[in-house]
Amino acid sequence: MSPLLFWFFAALMLIFGGAVVLNRNPVASALSLVVSFVGLAALFLSLDAFFIGVVQILVYAGAVMVLFLFIIMLLDLKAENRRKMNGVAIAGGATVTLAFVAELVAVLNKLPFGKRTFPPLTAHVDDVKKVGETLFSNFNLPFQVVGVLVLVATIGVVVLSKRELK
Amino acid sequence: MTTLNDYLLVSGLLFATGFAGVLLRRNIIIIFMCLELMLNAANLSLVAFSRFRLVNGLPNYNAQVLVFFIITVAAAEVAVGLAIIVALYRARQTTHVEDINSLKF
Repeated sequence: MSPLLFWFFAALMLIFGGAVVLNRNPVASALSLVVSFVGLAALFLSLDAFFIGVVQILVYAGAVMVLFLFIIMLLDLKAENRRKMNGVAIAGGATVTLAFVAELVAVLNKLPFGKRTFPPLTAHVDDVKKVGETLFSNFNLPFQVVGVLVLVATIGVVVLSKRELK
Repeated sequence: MTTLNDYLLVSGLLFATGFAGVLLRRNIIIIFMCLELMLNAANLSLVAFSRFRLVNGLPNYNAQVLVFFIITVAAAEVAVGLAIIVALYRARQTTHVEDINSLKF
């Protein structure tokens, strides 16, 4: 992918990621989150991870986002009215975040192989096949465990959503 | 050409955005969305490293399987978390974390 497209999608992702944090209306936040994830999926495609990119769109822009919007509308949340913000909390949060970014830049500058570009692929990318082979050979047991986890989550959600917990 | 550092920087900035959201926002649903942003930032750096360290001229697919697992677990987590938020809303009629303080010392 050309650097121009990379920076376009990276900027799209970061701007709408910021919009998630800054929007007062939860519905607008949820929709910004979709755009941010679509930008992220484009970055996955630029890294030749086509399967992961498609799964990202299907799971996040499809399933997770519908769930978020459904819950926001079920709870009938309105845009927050301005509350008095706690100054100490804001200063603390901003300091920790800026410290994290500074640390990140320092570490990346010291990374010995960070300035290298990505090596060209020498084989044909048959990405779904390869991920499937790896998933069902080397990682078969974890895959089964994840299946059980999803089942447990489904049952847990049904139990949690019942009117009265006994 | 884009380097590994570009991808790691973008991933770190996305993580920082989510992190700032978790620390600064008081609406529990927005906090939950920011958690998703942080998980996805981790996925981006995993995929970047998978493409950077080639195995036999192909990306390292172990990393992509790990990303697949993270996406699956995150989806399950969203379902359970939103069910907890609904249960909380039924009990307290609020999603504002400062109104939920019965465990506060």
